[in-house]
Amino acid sequence: MAGKKGTIIIDRELCKGCYLCIEACPNSLIGIFDELNQLGYYPAYYREENNKDRECTGCATCALVCPDVAIEVYRE
Amino acid sequence: MQKVFQRPKYLKQAVFHYCPGCGHSIIHRLIAEVIEELGIGEKTIGVPPAGCAVLAYDYIDVDMGEAPHGRGAAVATGLKRVLPDHIVFSYQGDGDIAAIGTAETIHAANRGESISVFFINNACYGMTGGQMAPTTLLGQESTTTPGGRNEKRDAAPLDLSEILAIARGSVYIERTAVNSPRNIRKTKRAITKSFKTQMAGLGFSLVEILSPCPVNWKMTPVEATKWIDDTMVKTYPLKVIKDTVGKIDG
Repeated sequence: MAGKKGTIIIDRELCKGCYLCIEACPNSLIGIFDELNQLGYYPAYYREENNKDRECTGCATCALVCPDVAIEVYRE
Repeated sequence: MQKVFQRPKYLKQAVFHYCPGCGHSIIHRLIAEVIEELGIGEKTIGVPPAGCAVLAYDYIDVDMGEAPHGRGAAVATGLKRVLPDHIVFSYQGDGDIAAIGTAETIHAANRGESISVFFINNACYGMTGGQMAPTTLLGQESTTTPGGRNEKRDAAPLDLSEILAIARGSVYIERTAVNSPRNIRKTKRAITKSFKTQMAGLGFSLVEILSPCPVNWKMTPVEATKWIDDTMVKTYPLKVIKDTVGKIDG
C-alpha cells in the first residue's frame, strides 16, 4: 500500500486475547480472530482490510500494553 | 520499513504462563528492556519471589538466584555484598514483600543496601487463588474476605512504600502502575532510575508497581486496568514517595 506509515505483526500463538491492544489502538485497527489458537484463546489480529481512512501509524502503543510481547511494530 | 518494537534481547523466546492481561509479563519486559538499554545484561543478577512470578528466571535472560518466600531483599543483600560490581535486583509480589518478607525488606532499606527492589502490588495473593494480602483494599472482596475487607476485623492496608520511605537507608521510592500506556512509560523510567541509583552506589531503591490481576479480581483485563485508575490509586496514589537522588545520569 502506497504511503503507508506503519504496520504491526501479531504472533497469534503468543496472544491470549486480553483485548488490551484493541483498547489501546487509537485507530481501532485490531480485531479478534474467530478461531482459537494453540493456547485456547481467540487471538487478536491486525485488521488490514478495512483501514482505507485509518492507517497504522506505527505508534507502538499496542505493543507497549501487550502483556505477552506478541506484537512487533514496523515504521517507515 | 524499520522494526521499531520487538522482543527485548534479555527476554527469552517463551510463552508466558501468566493469565491474560497479567501485569507481571509487562514488568518482565520493561526490566529486560532497561537492562538492554543500560548494557548491564552480563552483570545483572535477579532474585525472583515465591508467587506467580516464581518462574521469572524462565523469561528474563540474566543470572537469577531464587529466594525463599519473602527473603528477596535478604538474598539480594548477600549477592550484592559478595559481588559488589554486579547489579542486583529483587522482584517481589505484595504477599512476598509486605507479608512474610516485611522484616527483611525493612532492614535492607534501613541498612541502605545498594539493591533495586521491584514490588509488584496486585492487592491479593494471586498464585494461591486471591486470598487477602496485607495490601488488599478496604472493602475489596477476596476469597478470605467475603463481603469485603473490614478495617476492624482485618486491619487496614499496609502502605509498605511509605513505611520504607521513613527508613534512613532508602534513597529512591516511587509508586507507578502498568495499566495504561502512559503509566507503563512512567514505570520504565522508574525502573531505569532505580538501576541507575544502584549503579551509582547511592543506596536502597524500590519501585512499587500496581499491577492488574484480572482473574482474582474477577474482571476482564480491560476492566482491571480501569479498576486500578478508579479505585486502587485512591489507596495507593501514584507518586514519587522518596527521592534524595535527584537527577541522575550515566
